[in-house]
Amino acid sequence: MPWGVNRRRVVTLNDGVPGEKSISVACMHCSDAPCMAVCPVNCFYKTDEGVVLHDKDVCIGCGYCSYACPFGAPQFPSQGTFGVRGKMDKCTFCAGGPEANGSQAEFEKYGRNRLAEGKLPVCAEMCSTKALIAGDGDVVADIFRNRVLRRGKGAEVWGWGTAYGSKQAGQPGTTPPEGSKS
Amino acid sequence: MKTVLLTVAMAAALVACGEQPQDLGAGKRDATPQSGTGKAFVDAGWKQGDPASWQAHLKARAQRGQNDYSRMN
Repeated sequence: MPWGVNRRRVVTLNDGVPGEKSISVACMHCSDAPCMAVCPVNCFYKTDEGVVLHDKDVCIGCGYCSYACPFGAPQFPSQGTFGVRGKMDKCTFCAGGPEANGSQAEFEKYGRNRLAEGKLPVCAEMCSTKALIAGDGDVVADIFRNRVLRRGKGAEVWGWGTAYGSKQAGQPGTTPPEGSKS
Repeated sequence: MKTVLLTVAMAAALVACGEQPQDLGAGKRDATPQSGTGKAFVDAGWKQGDPASWQAHLKARAQRGQNDYSRMN
């Protein structure tokens, strides 16, 4: 991992104040990724699993992606002379890059390709409190929903309706009007 | 004759100035993760190259490793 690159960062809200909250932020692997849209050399691609990856051999280090990304996911090594920016590096969902799966070249440029080993990203698998969860969207949603319900919460939780819909919270189902957002 | 030769020479010279295509390349093709790495260090019991097996193993891994309620109860 090049010096200066943080593939995942922990942001603390209300730091030092009782009730502070921490969020772990990395690449969100957007459906309509702005980094892909602005890249002048088209180095990004999206896999069939929905993972946004990039080709470091094509990247020119212009930094447009870092300006476009609302999460600060694209990172640049800062060890170059005169502060020169190197090739972009970001969270790969532990899915490597365009090099052959499991090859040494892929490992050196992007890190280990755990998806091709039948495993999940290491941040999620190693998270001791299971705050980070990886996998298919339905699996992740099931785990979170079950966790909230087992802890005696439900539809009153902020964002519940957006995430799961009111019906799944054990509440009477409501159909939102056409075109409205929940 | 001189004019013809000159024209041919100029035409030949212009060919060298032909613009190269500048379309964005499609890039390298990435292999699917289901195809595996071909190495032994993979999830135990997974048959590399089998998409159904890959999905089943990832789903099991997500439940076993990440869902505390299904592990404990």
